[in-house]
Amino acid sequence: MQVQGTVFKYGDNVDTDVIIPARYLNTSDPKELAQHCMEDIDRDFVSRVQPGDIIVAGKNFGCGSSREHAPLAIKAAGVSVVIAATFARIFYRNAINIGLPILECPEAVERIEAGDELAVDFTSGVITNLTRNESYQGQPFPKFMQDLIAAGGLLSYIKKQKG
Amino acid sequence: MAMTMTQKILAAHAGLDEVKAGQLIMADVDLVLGNDITTPVAVNEFRKNGFEQVFDKQKIAIVPDHFTPNKDIKAAEQCKFIREFAYEQEIENYFEVGEMGIEHALIPEQGLAVPGDVIIGADSHTCTYGALGAFSTGIGSTDMAAAMATGKTWFKVPGAIKFTLTGRPGKWVSGKDIILHIIGMIGVDGALYRSMEFVGDGIAHLSMDSRFTMANMAIEAGAKNGIFLVDDQTLAYVKEHSTKPYTVYEPDPDAEYEAEYTIDLSKIRPTVAFPHLPENTRTIDEVGSIKIDQVVIGSCTNGRIEDIRVAASILKGRKVANGVRVIVFPATQKIYLQALREGLIEQLIEAGAVVSTPTCGPCLGGHMGILASGERAVATTNRNFVGRMGHPESEVYLASPAVAAASALTGRISNPEDIAD
Ligand code: SF4
Repeated sequence: MQVQGTVFKYGDNVDTDVIIPARYLNTSDPKELAQHCMEDIDRDFVSRVQPGDIIVAGKNFGCGSSREHAPLAIKAAGVSVVIAATFARIFYRNAINIGLPILECPEAVERIEAGDELAVDFTSGVITNLTRNESYQGQPFPKFMQDLIAAGGLLSYIKKQKG
Repeated sequence: MAMTMTQKILAAHAGLDEVKAGQLIMADVDLVLGNDITTPVAVNEFRKNGFEQVFDKQKIAIVPDHFTPNKDIKAAEQCKFIREFAYEQEIENYFEVGEMGIEHALIPEQGLAVPGDVIIGADSHTCTYGALGAFSTGIGSTDMAAAMATGKTWFKVPGAIKFTLTGRPGKWVSGKDIILHIIGMIGVDGALYRSMEFVGDGIAHLSMDSRFTMANMAIEAGAKNGIFLVDDQTLAYVKEHSTKPYTVYEPDPDAEYEAEYTIDLSKIRPTVAFPHLPENTRTIDEVGSIKIDQVVIGSCTNGRIEDIRVAASILKGRKVANGVRVIVFPATQKIYLQALREGLIEQLIEAGAVVSTPTCGPCLGGHMGILASGERAVATTNRNFVGRMGHPESEVYLASPAVAAASALTGRISNPEDIAD
C-alpha cells in the first residue's frame, strides 16, 4: 500500500499533551479531537493539513500519556503516515491497534524538510522524497503487526482468531 | 537462558519456559485497568466489535479519577457512560466518587496488585506497581478493550537496564529526587522499550511510597516498566493490603542487561526538573532564583501519606508566601482520612493551603488549579510538558513534596534544608 503527501516537520519528544491537550479529552469523538490536533506546538496545523499529508518528527514521538486520542486525532486530521526516528512505545502500540500507519527511519528524518512531497510504501518501508529525488529505507513492520493491520486492527484480528 | 525479573514474569504468563528480548508473546493478564478518559474509547471498541461479556469481572478495574468529581457536562456524560458499562458487566472493582482515588495509588492500596502479577492499564503510569515486584505497563484503549474481552494481550519482550542502588539517601531526599536524577542522567527516551530493574542494598532505605514514586516515573524515561526486587517491606505491604496469592520473582544472576548503572543514594541532592521535559534536571544547589505562582502537592506520583506528612512537617506553624496558591490533593480517600486523623490537613489549611478531594485535577491541566499564561508552578507531579497544567505559555517545575513545601513558604523554588529545623 502506498500513500503520498506533503510533510509537516517537528522535533524530538513530541508528547501526547501537545498532540491533543488534556483540556479536550472530555470527548472521544475523533472529529472533534482532530480540530485541536497539534495546536499547542503548531497553531496552523489544523487549518493547513490536507488529506494524505505526512508528519515527520525526531525521536520519541508520542511520549507521555497513553491516550489513544493522540493517534486518533492525527488520523482523523487526515494524516496518512507518521515517520519518526523513534516512537514512544505506547503510541507505537496505539497507532498499530487503531490502524494509523507509522514508520521508523532516522535517516529520512535527517534529510526531509517541511513542505517536501513524499511517497511512502508500507509493505517495503521505502520512503521516496519526490522533492529531493532521493529515497530512504524505513523499518517495515514485523509480520505479526502486518497481520494486525491487514485484519483491520487488533479487535478484528482477535475476532478472526477466535472465529 | 538467563532472564531478567520482567522476562521471568512474562514467560510465566505466556506459558513459556523462557522468553528473550524482542520476542512477541501473548500473555495472560491478572488485571486490566481504565480511567474516565480511556475507558469510554475502550467500551466503544468493545461494543462496536460485538463483544458481550468481559472475560472476568473480578480482574477489571475502572477508576474515574481524571475529571472527577465531574468538571463539566461532557465529563459527566463520559463518567455516566462507563458507570453504566460497569454496572451492566458487574465489574467488581469499579470505584465511584466517594471511594475512588487516583488509580495508581488506589490499586495497590486496594490490594489489587501483588508481586509477580501482569497488569495492564489504559494509563501510562500503570508502571507504578513495579514497586511491588509486578510487571505493569500502560497500554491504549483498544488494548484495554481486547484484554477485557479475552484476558490476554500481546507484548514484545523488553530488554532491561539495571540500576544498582547503594547507600542511604539524605534526610530531605526521597524517591522523587532519585528518579528525577536518573531521568536527568539517561534522558526521556533513555530506557525506551526497556525495563528498568532496581536492585541493590540501597532499596532497603526506600519506603514503599518512595518506590511507588520511582516506578511511577519509569515511563518518563520511555521505559516499558520499572520494577523493584521484592523484600521484607514489600511483603509487609502486601500482607497489610491484599489477600491475593502472589509469586516472588528474581532476576537470574547472569541475566543480560543492555546497560548497568550504580547509584550511590547518599550523593543525591534534592532535584528539580525544569520545563518542558522531566530530563531537564538541576540539583537544588543549581536552581537559582525562580519565582513561582502555584504549588501543587499530590498526584499518583506524590500524593501518598508520606508525601502529605513531609509537606505538613514543613508548612506546620508557618505561612504560605503572599501571592502563592498552594493546592494539596491526597491521592485516595483513605490517605485523605489518614491525613485528617493525624492532624495534617489542619496544619496545611492553617498554613494557607487548600486541600482537595482526590482527583487528577491540576496534574494534567484538567481542573482545580489551571495555570494562566506566564505563570509558574512547582508540582510534585510527573510531567512538565508544554501546556500540561494549563496555558501553553505556563511552566511546571517537577520536585519532591519537601521542595514543593519549602517553595510554598518563600515563593521561590527553595531547599527544604534551609527552612526546616
Ligand atoms: S495524577 Fe496525573 S499522572 Fe497520575 S494518573 Fe492522574 S493525570 Fe495521570
